[in-house]
Amino acid sequence: MERLRRTMMFVPGNNPAMIKDAGIYGADSIMFDLEDSVSLTEKDTARMMVFEALQNVDYGNSELVVRINGLDTEMGRADIFAMVKAGVQVIRLPKTETPDDVVETEKVIAEAEKFFGIENGRTHMMAAIESAGGVLNAPAIAKASDRLIGIALGAEDYVTMMKTRRYPDGAELSFARNMILHGARAAGIAAFDTVYSDVDNTEGFNHEVEIIHELGFDGKSVINPRQIPLVNAIYAPTDKEIRNAKDVLHAIEEAHKKGSGVISLRGKMVDKPVVARAERTMALAKASHLVDEEGNIYAK
Amino acid sequence: MEIKHTALAGTLESSDIQFTLSKGTGVEINLDSQVEKQFGNQIRKVITDLLADYGIENVNVRAVDKGALDCTIKARLIAAIQRATDTQNQPNWEVLG
Repeated sequence: MERLRRTMMFVPGNNPAMIKDAGIYGADSIMFDLEDSVSLTEKDTARMMVFEALQNVDYGNSELVVRINGLDTEMGRADIFAMVKAGVQVIRLPKTETPDDVVETEKVIAEAEKFFGIENGRTHMMAAIESAGGVLNAPAIAKASDRLIGIALGAEDYVTMMKTRRYPDGAELSFARNMILHGARAAGIAAFDTVYSDVDNTEGFNHEVEIIHELGFDGKSVINPRQIPLVNAIYAPTDKEIRNAKDVLHAIEEAHKKGSGVISLRGKMVDKPVVARAERTMALAKASHLVDEEGNIYAK
Repeated sequence: MEIKHTALAGTLESSDIQFTLSKGTGVEINLDSQVEKQFGNQIRKVITDLLADYGIENVNVRAVDKGALDCTIKARLIAAIQRATDTQNQPNWEVLG
């Protein structure tokens, strides 16, 4: 079963208090940042903070991601070696423009794994797309490496480049979101939406999450723990969806027992995509604590 | 390993620790911590062990602790050592391993 990635919480890499507490909020993924949230003079100490935290702090089941500085900076290579050594699950590339950016980074990751005697391919990657060129290359970027688990939209640089700004209806991001989503899906990897910076605007945040949920994004980048339950609530399936998913999975189980190939439920054919949706619905229901281990809905 | 010049790393924010390393004779540690009574010896041990790992035998260490975890103490001290020895982007993997 594919990992759920509803929320990816950004944590500045030079903030020990936030790094210490990052695991308590239930984010599906935690992204420690060595890039834009760290000033140039603190890059070295942030790298060591994250290096030590990854090896010593218990972050439960959260997926651990680190956004490194690009390889076009003097920090990028040392960031990669330190994070590979620390055992990070995913290295996030900033400002990915072309498939070559992914390939070049992958080479350094492979070099670091070899240097430390770590199994080749253990370190995964994701790519943040933050420019017009990157958006147009999204399908090729998404297929540039088997290590990629997802691609993400970074909207702030993108809207500036596009000579616009963020608007409540999200029209300015429509093309980029769809390109990234299609690129990710064609490559069979995850798609993450951008951050929403106005932490106090719950209504605006919810509206944006509803848009990306409908489009099909795996989840959203969040900059404050308060945004996590809001995303989870929108991604949580309804009781009706859960009951239907249970019926689908039950029908498929019964059919398998009978050795039947074609399955129907209430007069509708149950095929592979329907089963995949039902499995995802049950995974979301479990992650949202709406059902027990057997899939029974908790009484409310 | 020799301290080349005075260097500082870390902040005075909650959960952090700030180190100032300077040239000295022998290892001298000056610790200021709100949790000195309970954790002073533990903090000093983290510092002396790491200095020994780096082979630093002559240094004055000034540490102002604001309730840092051991991993934060190590991270900030490593950063201060790298700054004091001009090796910020060349981590010593033998020590960090």
